[in-house]
Amino acid sequence: MLEVQALACGYGHRSILENLSFTLEVGELLCLLGPNGVGKTTLFKTILGLLPPRAGEIRLDGRPTRHWSRREFARWVGYVPQAHTPPFPFQVEDVVAMGRTAHGNLFSGPGQEDREVAAEALETLGISALAKASYTEISGGERQLVLIARALAQQPRILVMDEPTSNLDYGNQLKVMGHVRRIADAGRMGVILTTHHPDHALLHASRVLALDRERHWRIGRADEVVSEDYLRRTYGVETEIHDIRRRDGGRSRLCVPAVGPGEPP
Amino acid sequence: MPRLLFLLALALAALIVASFGIGRYPVPPDTVLAILAAKILPIAPDWTPETEAVVLGIRLPRILAALLVGAALTVSGASYQGLFRNPMVSPGILGVSAGASLGAALAILLGYGMFGIQVLAFACGLVAVATTWIIGNGLGRRGDPLLVMVLAGIVVGTLFTAFVSLVKFVADPYNTLPAITFWLMGSLASVELPDLLIASPPILFGLTVLLALSWTLNVLCFGDEEAKAMGLETGRLRLAIIVSATLVTAAAVAIAGIIGLVGLIVPHLARMLVGPDHRVLLPVSALLGAGFLLLVDGLARSLFEVEVPLGIVTSIIGAPFFLYLMNQGRKAWA
Repeated sequence: MLEVQALACGYGHRSILENLSFTLEVGELLCLLGPNGVGKTTLFKTILGLLPPRAGEIRLDGRPTRHWSRREFARWVGYVPQAHTPPFPFQVEDVVAMGRTAHGNLFSGPGQEDREVAAEALETLGISALAKASYTEISGGERQLVLIARALAQQPRILVMDEPTSNLDYGNQLKVMGHVRRIADAGRMGVILTTHHPDHALLHASRVLALDRERHWRIGRADEVVSEDYLRRTYGVETEIHDIRRRDGGRSRLCVPAVGPGEPP
Repeated sequence: MPRLLFLLALALAALIVASFGIGRYPVPPDTVLAILAAKILPIAPDWTPETEAVVLGIRLPRILAALLVGAALTVSGASYQGLFRNPMVSPGILGVSAGASLGAALAILLGYGMFGIQVLAFACGLVAVATTWIIGNGLGRRGDPLLVMVLAGIVVGTLFTAFVSLVKFVADPYNTLPAITFWLMGSLASVELPDLLIASPPILFGLTVLLALSWTLNVLCFGDEEAKAMGLETGRLRLAIIVSATLVTAAAVAIAGIIGLVGLIVPHLARMLVGPDHRVLLPVSALLGAGFLLLVDGLARSLFEVEVPLGIVTSIIGAPFFLYLMNQGRKAWA
């Protein structure tokens, strides 16, 4: 589906990431881990066609994306930015209907069918009650869900999410990650997202692309890639990674910071 | 929503009829309607030829100009506020007003007639925005192109305003200087029907394009990158919107001079009434802007013995009105 091949990306004459290759299929959830400033956002901008690649190629459905029109591309790849406040108080249902821009008539805006797709996207995320609310007056977590709904209304095969859980409180982080997981498991889209939380990768990712401080990268299953060693090298912190048994009998792997009593952090 | 549009249109129609009546030479509304109707219906005149001359010869062009200029400034202001994602933006943000001022000042200095003033004002308005566009695009490759564009507009505006001052400095202080100063204050007093025939094609063309792009303006409010990710070719759209708003504003300024604050505050009034969806906001802005300028022009020519320049009245009424709106409707932009 999405193939990134020997990609180099960066601004101006400087490459931040080099020789990066990976693929993403429908139904996968690829977690991108790495410290700030290592080039995660740059990589996303390059994938989305907002920055030209400095080398290598990005293919979608076997065709290089540099030949795609924005409209065609937007029907395949949806983008969920970090929640932000726009200057004007649009209604939530209008914001979500904007996801239909690549499908509908540019001059008349979304039609009845587009409105229905938008309402369905709100329904999927359980926020239909917000439809008439003002986008500027809802909480940060709700705003993030609205942006996800907007991307779902776009009906893409690939969903690119830039730190969907940053700036969210604990409860909203769990809710958003739960929704993202269900979207990927539903098997109609592949999801690639960035997160700062190793647990998100350990709990939900089908694969992890881990960048360290030297911009070396490794891709693989979460239990292979997200290790105590990786976290030490990347963030300079000591952690323990444990398998735990859940109450329902299932197993989960979690990352626990190694801060004991009397021990300096 | 259609009901609100209908009510606004109705109020505007009443305002138009009233505007024909007010002034130094009052005409009752029924006579106004009869004179207008007599143009298409066989009505025997029971009014004097002087009355007809006042209504059709003097007030008709002025009213049409107020409607056209008011709608033009407000719609381009609302479009720019959406495009630049900034509620504090006015139609002159890319330097069109400063450019048009320079054109008019130069034309007056060179002794051109009304037509020459309008053409040069229009042309210099376009040149100023083109300069801003070139600078903004050159510097805006990295970073936020919209922010760079606005900053470039401020610089170009300042530069052209300095040239206007230079023209005023060398102008004849007894003759040319007052003419330039009065032009810059903004007025509809000297607008005649032929001026409208020249100014209306660019205004109507620009307004049509802006109305057609109103949905994409909604999407553009979320910023360049998101709009691209939703499938818009933002570069081309931005160019189309800037060209249209510039044509509209330059033509309006060319016939009316600098009329401040209309393009900044009336969009806010419209947004308070109908919300930020440009598909509704732009038509409502057009009606409100037309009505607002017609009302203010009526005040300008009837409040005092001497007619006060329109640009002064819009600013004196507009500034406190804007403060009132800011206090009432924080919701409208925050």
